[in-house]
This record gives sequence, C-alpha cells and structure tokens, in this order.
Amino acid sequence: MGSQGGFGQSKEFLDLVKSIGEARSKAEEDRIVLHEIETLKRRISEPDTPKRKMKEYIIRLVYVEMLGHDASFGYIHAVKMTHDDSLSLKRTGYLAVTLFLNEDHDLIILIVNTIQKDLKSDNYLVVCAALNAVCRLINEETIPAVLPQVVELLGHSKEAVRKKAIMALHRFYQKSPSSVQHLVSNFRKRLCDNDPGVMGATLCPLFDLITIDVNSYKDLVISFVSILKQVAERRLPKSYDYHQMPAPFIQIRLLKIMALLGSGDKQASENMYTVVGDIFRKCDSSSNIGNAILYECICCVSSIYPNPKLIESAADVIARFLKSDSHNLKYMGIDALGRLIKTSPEIAEQHQLAVIDCLEDPDDTLKRKTFELLYKMTKSTNVEVIVDRMIDYMISINDNHYKTEIASRCVELAEQFAPSNHWFIQTMNKVFEHAGDLVNIKVAHNLMRLIAEGFGEDDDNADSQLRSSAVESYLRIIGEPKLPSVFLQVICWVLGEYGTADGKFSASYITGKLCDVAEAYSNDETVKAYAVTSLMKIYAFEIAAGRKVDMLPECQSLIEELSASHSTDLQQRAYELQAVIGLDARAVEIIMPSDASCEDIEIDKNLSFLNGYVQHAIEKGALPYISENERSGMLNISNFRNQDQHEASSMHSLRFEAYELPKPSMPSSIPPVSLASTTELVPVPEPSYLRETQKVASSSSVSNADPSELRLRLDGVQKKWGRPTYSSSETSTSSSTSQKTVNGVSKADATGTVNSKAHDNSYNSRKPQVEISPEKQKLAASLFGGSSKTDKRGSTVGHKAGKASSHAVEKPQTTKAPVKSTAVEKIVVQPPPDLLDLGEPTVVSSCPPSVDPFKQLEGLIEPTQVTTSVNHGVVGANKSPDLIGLYVETAGSGPSTDDANPLSGLTNSAIKNAHEGTTTQLSKGPNTKHSLEKDALVRQMGVTPTSHNPNLFKDLLG
Amino acid sequence: MIKSVMVMNTQGKPRLSKFYDYQPVEKQQELIRSVFGVLSSRAENVSNFMEADSIFGPDTRLVYKHYATLYFVLVFDSSENELAMLDLIQVFVETLDKCFKNVCELDIVYSYSKLHTILDEIIFGGQVLETSSTEVIKAVEEISKCSLSLSLYIYIYIYLLSSLFLLCVCGAGFFMSVHVINR
Repeated sequence: MGSQGGFGQSKEFLDLVKSIGEARSKAEEDRIVLHEIETLKRRISEPDTPKRKMKEYIIRLVYVEMLGHDASFGYIHAVKMTHDDSLSLKRTGYLAVTLFLNEDHDLIILIVNTIQKDLKSDNYLVVCAALNAVCRLINEETIPAVLPQVVELLGHSKEAVRKKAIMALHRFYQKSPSSVQHLVSNFRKRLCDNDPGVMGATLCPLFDLITIDVNSYKDLVISFVSILKQVAERRLPKSYDYHQMPAPFIQIRLLKIMALLGSGDKQASENMYTVVGDIFRKCDSSSNIGNAILYECICCVSSIYPNPKLIESAADVIARFLKSDSHNLKYMGIDALGRLIKTSPEIAEQHQLAVIDCLEDPDDTLKRKTFELLYKMTKSTNVEVIVDRMIDYMISINDNHYKTEIASRCVELAEQFAPSNHWFIQTMNKVFEHAGDLVNIKVAHNLMRLIAEGFGEDDDNADSQLRSSAVESYLRIIGEPKLPSVFLQVICWVLGEYGTADGKFSASYITGKLCDVAEAYSNDETVKAYAVTSLMKIYAFEIAAGRKVDMLPECQSLIEELSASHSTDLQQRAYELQAVIGLDARAVEIIMPSDASCEDIEIDKNLSFLNGYVQHAIEKGALPYISENERSGMLNISNFRNQDQHEASSMHSLRFEAYELPKPSMPSSIPPVSLASTTELVPVPEPSYLRETQKVASSSSVSNADPSELRLRLDGVQKKWGRPTYSSSETSTSSSTSQKTVNGVSKADATGTVNSKAHDNSYNSRKPQVEISPEKQKLAASLFGGSSKTDKRGSTVGHKAGKASSHAVEKPQTTKAPVKSTAVEKIVVQPPPDLLDLGEPTVVSSCPPSVDPFKQLEGLIEPTQVTTSVNHGVVGANKSPDLIGLYVETAGSGPSTDDANPLSGLTNSAIKNAHEGTTTQLSKGPNTKHSLEKDALVRQMGVTPTSHNPNLFKDLLG
Repeated sequence: MIKSVMVMNTQGKPRLSKFYDYQPVEKQQELIRSVFGVLSSRAENVSNFMEADSIFGPDTRLVYKHYATLYFVLVFDSSENELAMLDLIQVFVETLDKCFKNVCELDIVYSYSKLHTILDEIIFGGQVLETSSTEVIKAVEEISKCSLSLSLYIYIYIYLLSSLFLLCVCGAGFFMSVHVINR
C-alpha cells in the first residue's frame, strides 16, 4: 500500500492498536495510551530521528489524540514536517497540522509561509495538499497572505487544482465575506469552466451567494436551467455517472439553487417547469440517489411559483415515498409533504393513513418528523388531537432538548388555536406538569396574564368561569408530588388571586393548601415567596370583605419560620403579611384591592411623599442627597475633598476631579438629601413595600416588557373561542337534513359502481384490511379536517331513536352481534375531538339515483341510525345505553344476523367504498371536498362492525 | 455544508474523526461519545437519519450507516440532502473497499493516514468534491506513487540501467560469437 500508512507501519504501532483493541476497560486503555505518549515524547525529541520514523511518530500522535489524549507536545514537530521536501512527509505534516491546530493557534504563523511556497509549487499534488491546509488553517487575518495565489490557481491547468481552489475561495468567503467580496465574479466565470467537475464545484459557493442575495443572480436562471438539462440528458462523460445516474450531486445542487431563484418569481419559475418535469419523468426511483434527486425536485417545486402539473407529479412521488417500506423514504416523504402542503394543503388528506402510520412508528426520527408535519398543518379544527398527541409523546421521551422544543410547540399551538378556555387550561397544566422546568418562564407569566385578563372584554362571566375552572384544576393538581417550580408559581399566584373569588372554596382551605406547598418545597425560595404573597392576598381579601380572619396554626408557624429566614425577600414578605393582617378593612382594601392585578400601579418615582421629611432633616442641618454616580465620580479622584465638594464646585477654583458625569434631571424644588449621612433611621419600608407589591401584582404583566414571539396572540384567539360548542351545533342542523340528503343522491351515483363491486367481495377477505384502520381513520379524520365532518344530521334521528331503548337490551345485543357491540363501546370511549364539526349528510346509498328522495330517505333509515349512534356516542358518554338499544333495534329488524343482513351488506360496501374512495373520489375536481366528507362518514359506518382492537384505542386516548 | 465525518466501531471506539470546523480535543471526544450513545440505542430497521440539534447545535442532521462492525457517520446542515449524504457514505465505503480489497475494520485502523487521504479526495472543506470512486482511487494512487521515496526511484533506475548494460554486453557477445562461427 505504498508509504501511505497501510501495513507499512512499524510493529510498535500495530502492537499499540492491538493492545488498545484488547483493552477491557477505559482505565486500561488510558494506561496504554499514556505509556505510548511517554514513549513518543522521548523518541520524538531525540535529535536525528530518521524522517521515516518521524512520520510514523506523527501518525501515532494523531491516533493518540483521536483517542482523546493531549498530544500538544508534538504539534511543533508536525509543523516542522510540513517544511519537508518529500511529498509524503509534507502530506503527513499537513494532515497532522490540520487535525491538531485550530485557525487561531500560535503555530499557524509558522505554516503560512510554507503554504505560500507550496501553492506556487510545480508539482500539482503539493499544491493540492497546500490547498487542503488552506481550507482549514487560514483565518480572517491570514487570508490576504494566500489570497493572490489561490486566485491565480483558479486558472491552473489541472482541473483538480481549479476545483480545490474554488472551494478554498468558498471557504474564505464563509469565514470572512468582506475579504473576498471583490472576487465573487470569479465564481460566475468558473461556472463556464470546460470541466464539469469544476463547474459542479462552483455551484457550492454560488448556492451560498444566492441564499444571501437572490436578485443579483436572476440572470443566471437560464444558464442553470440549461446546465441541468444537459446533465439530465446525459451529455456529461460517463465518468460522472454514479449508479447509472448522471452527476447526481450536481443535479441536486442545481435544483437547490433553482428553488432559491424561482421562489416567488413567476417568470424565473416558468423557465424551470420543463426541465423539472423531465427529471420527474425520467428519474429512476429504484435507486437511493434517484430518490434523492426526486426529493430535491419536490423541494424545488414547492418553493417555486406553483405549477399544477408539477405539483401533481410531486404528489405522486410523495405517495410513492410514503408507501415504501424503507424508513428513509418515508422520512423523506413526510418531509416533502411538509413542504408541499404550504402550497397545496389538500394533498395531506390523501396520505392521512400513511402519516398516522409514521406517527406510530417505533422509529424516533420518523416520529419527530411527523410531529413537525402535524405542527405545520395544525388548524383550529384539529388542534386538540395534535396537541394531545404531542403531549403524550413529550411525556414518553427523555431527551430534554427535544422535550423543550415540543413543549414550546404545544404552548404555541394551544395559544394560537385553543378551542375553549377549559381546554387551554388543561393543556397548559399538562405541559407544565411534565416539562415544567424546561418551559420558558415567560410562558408561565403569559398564562397568569391570560387568566387575569380573561379572553375578551365583552364577557366577564366567561372570565370568572375560566378562573374558577383554573382554580379547581390547580387545587386538584397541587397535591401531586414533585411539581416543577414554574408550575407551582403559577398555581400559587392563581390561588392567591382567585382562590376565594367565587366563594366556592373557603379561605382556610386554600391557605392550608398554600402552606402545604410552602412546606413541601421548602428549598425553593421562589415558590415560597409566591406562596406567602398568595397567603397575604387571601387574608387581605378576607379582611376587606369584613370577615374575621383566623390564621391556621400551620400558617402561623410558617410565617414565624419565614420571618427568621436567611432570605431577606422571604423575611420581608412574612413581615408584610403580619403587618397587613393587623390593619383594618379599609386600609387593607386600599393596599390589596381584589382582582386588580391588571391595573396599572402608579409609582411616584421621586418619592414626593418623603419631601416633608427631607425638608425637616435639612433644616436640622443634614447634608443634601448626592446621587450615586456623582458619589462614585468623586470617590475616584477627590475623596479627601468629599466634605466640601459642593462648595468647591460652586466656586470657580481649580478643579482636581474629572468632569462630572451628566446629572440625571432632578426636581429642583427640594435639594436631595443624603440618606446615609443622617443619623436617624429613614423609614424605608414604605417605598420598598410599594415596590414589592407592585412586583407581585404586576408579575402577570411582566411579559409586557418583552413583546416578542412569546406573547399570546389574543386577537386571533378570540374569534375561535367564541365558536359554538357541541350542544349548539347539535340543535342547529335538523333543518338542513333532508335537503342535503337529496344532494347526496347525486353523489351516491358517483360511487355506485364501487358499491356494487364491493358486494362481490367476501366479508372475510376485507377483514385484515379493515382491522388496522378504525382507530387510525378516526385519528385521521380528526387530524385532517376535511374528512372529519360526520355527524350533524345523525343527531336528530339519534334523539328520536334513543328514547326507545334502555339498559336492559344490552345483553341480547351483545350475543347477537358481539363485534358490533364492542365497536360501539369503543366509540363511546372515544374522546370528543372535533368530530362534531359541521358534517354534511353523506350517506352513500346503494339505491339507484333515480329513486325519489323520500323513498331514498326511508331506505336509508337503518344505516343512518347506525351512524347516528356512532356519532352520538361521541357526543356524550352518558347517552351510550340509548345507542346500544338502537343497535338492537336495527339488528332485530333484519331477517338474520349473518352476512346476508342487508345492513351489514351495506356497511360492507361502505367499507369497500371507504378504501377505494380515497383514491377514486379525490380526483373529481370541485367535488372532492364533498366526497371526502362522504367518505369519512362511510368509513365510520363501515368501520364499526369490525373494529376489535381496544388497545389501540386506549393508546389513542392516552 | 458537512460538519464532521466519523467512523467508529460498535463498541464506540473512534476509528476516524474529522471535523470541518475546529473542535477542541475534549469536545471531539464528547461529540463522539454522544453520537455513539444515540446510535447504539437505535433499533434495527429504522431510518438512517437523525436530527442532531441536541448534540451539534441547531440545524444539524446526522446520517449514519452500519457496516459489519463499523458505524460511518456524517454530520451536516440543511443545505445538504439526507439521501445524497447516505450515498456519500456509500461512495466512501466503496472506495475503501476497492483500495483495500474487501475492507475490514483492521484495514481502517492500520492505514489511518491513507483513510484521511481518501476522505480528503471525497470531501474538501466541508463540501462534496468527488463522488466517483474510480476517480478518487486514481487520485490517491497518484499521490502514493509520487510520494515513493526518491531513493527507491534511484535504485530502480540503477537496476534498470545495469540490466540494460548486461543485455547489451550479452547481445554484443552473442553477435560476436555468431560472427566468429560464421567465419
């Protein structure tokens, strides 16, 4: 293997490697390496070591350093080696130096000269070695030393050198754009290099340049397109092929560049359509690198001005990726989908099941990518499901970094899309509970602010409801062990502010809880401080309301303990509490007004209430106050003149001190008094008390100071939160029922063929297909808004039918149709996500379309009942017995319970429809949305009889 | 841009590590250790990609491939394509395989500097330079040819000259003898 290492190494090195390989423990390994270092140290500093030996020592040094030991004693020898004439030694020297030194190391200065010389060498291999070192070792200051040579090398006769020179220049650009700004045109020039390899290398710096400034490179669009065209048409020499793919890395770079150039530019994009379309058609999707190019095409398509044809082919490729067994391709598919839904959100719906598969995949990377996708497609309709899922996942992982990220995403989504106050509070509770210490403190302040301010000025009732629901949930949670500090702060604050506001809980109950918290987290001073202040608030409210306050004994002891605390803050709070309790109701009300946390507190910054006192002191002969910067300015130079400084400055005498710092503007009426110089103690508690209360009371508005991204976006929320709740949506729809069903007829015939086919299929053959799907389809339906609309129409029928049934019928029903009953139970357990969204009546009937609407309605009554019950189950678990009864009715009405049952036949067809529907119905132009909705309903009907996988449902519910 | 190339064995021993942005030795060790920690916990039959934000800072990804007893790892940012990076590992391994004829962990340990030479021909300053393994091998061979020590050349030269001389002498002798016989 020549002298480039290989087995040409001495036996010693082999022994070293072997013994390290056989080391049983880290300690043993360390011992061996330290011994080796000792040997090397000795040998390397011997005078006349033969050069070949020296080279080996250097390589051993590199090896030792890779194992994590310090080899700095040998750096200088590596530097020396770069001076050698022999290429082999020089290369070894450069290799060692690039691995050892960083660009700011002191030894670099010794190398720069060598590099300069080597860049001028006749041997191009020496030049290449030097360029390699240039990339790694030259910093901003040394760039000018080698820049002229590197630029010269751009015209070198060897393409390998030109390539490396371009990349070295690119590296300079990355390190210090200003120093090579004037050379940027060289990159453009090199784009026309005869050698495709050099051209390919130019694309890297151009990509960076274009990322920064798109507009000045628009003129290159045509060139890039034509280059890509030539590459894709295999005009390059065969040697550029990789796995039968022509220059794939060049293609990828070009596509990336085109994505940048075409973004938001219709004219530029139009130039690209043909070539991208060609690549889509031609690209071989069986090889890894082919898929890489296809993926890059999708990125390009999603970034440039949209073209329906290209988007369609991109969607096809995504479908292929997602259906593939390879996790890598699935990952790319999810990523690509995330990009494409920005331009055409409807694509996501085709792939809902694949996405949910990925969500449940054991592969963590894939899961995270899928969460990223979900995060991108969150809407107010699916936020609940997505955030629930995210929180479940957040609980399950240990990686703090990702936990923080996903927690902040949950918070963001919840703030943006929360459908109700109650849900919002619950979600925040969960996030805080499980990732509390990882959440930014601003989030906690935001939450407090939100609870204090409410969601809108219009409805005080809703605000107080929110508060009391928050208080209730906190009282429930507070007993749990080991809550994060941030969360406890929120809890304490809310309990203090609103714990007794609605009169549901007595003051003693809440104060007891607060005392428990302060005791349980006795080493967390912030929490204790919050708890004490909350106690004070509650007592103050009690006093203000005219009730008699009797402090709990544990509270008493807590206060006593805290008033002797090491923390002055806690001490002060404790004393304040004691002081407040001693006051009468009127005073307390002024100090601690109820629910005033949002009101601005006026602060008298000049402390004008002290004026009289100060005046009095001055009259008695006290010195006036000197502000802090004045004092420090004097101390430096003229502290001996401290006493008569003011006199001195007023007279025009010689000044020894430096010029004064500009004085802050002060009220001239009262001459400020130096507090320290008075002998009497100044009553400080008052001002500082003010500050304290202000701090506590305004803690919710802390975030005002920072109106950055973490602020709650209330403007968008208000509208959504006013959304009709479940009950209202139920009642509002009965009128539209029949009419819409009539509409359904026209849709029904579209799927009629599918239905008839479906009858042929045997029930069993479809079973495995259906087996996995129910819970996923549910999830899909709730995630991908479009297909989730199911149930409005059902509810009216459901009410009617529900009355007739009772608990008693449950048993016979289960024996008759056990599968169905389990299904119902499961669906009853199903949480109420957004399934109640406006659904359209979308029963797929097997009747011919010519039948008149009323007849059709009659014919439909049975299947609709099925759906009704399903829907109804979702609405509220308390109605479940009714539903089961309903099932009995329908089951009983059929002639038999086997597969010949018309009902099951219908549902079977519906299943089939559900599966074929996703593909067939979607491509029907304007009607897709309707048919999707229909599809979802049918799916639910069809799915119910065969769902028997309760575990999956549990999983769904967490 | 590619940030780092690592090769480590399944016990976590580093076999090759190269960082295209300088990292101090301790940091390198820490990075290698944490990468290994993550890799060893990953199951079979999962994707070869990972987000490496928690190890290498924001906007970093990692692609790895497991060959026999070795992990090959590439760390890079969002300006590269994951699948393409996976193929770059493939290029590297294919080249090694061609260079060493059925490469194994031992080859990699023992020919440490050759490994670096190969890598430098594939990735240059954090950018992909060459993806054809034949081209890479050509370049590497040229380097090793050139760096054969000069003395070796001289020996060969002398050897050739002397053999030529001998040949001439023999030839002359032969002709002479033929001449004599003809006479």
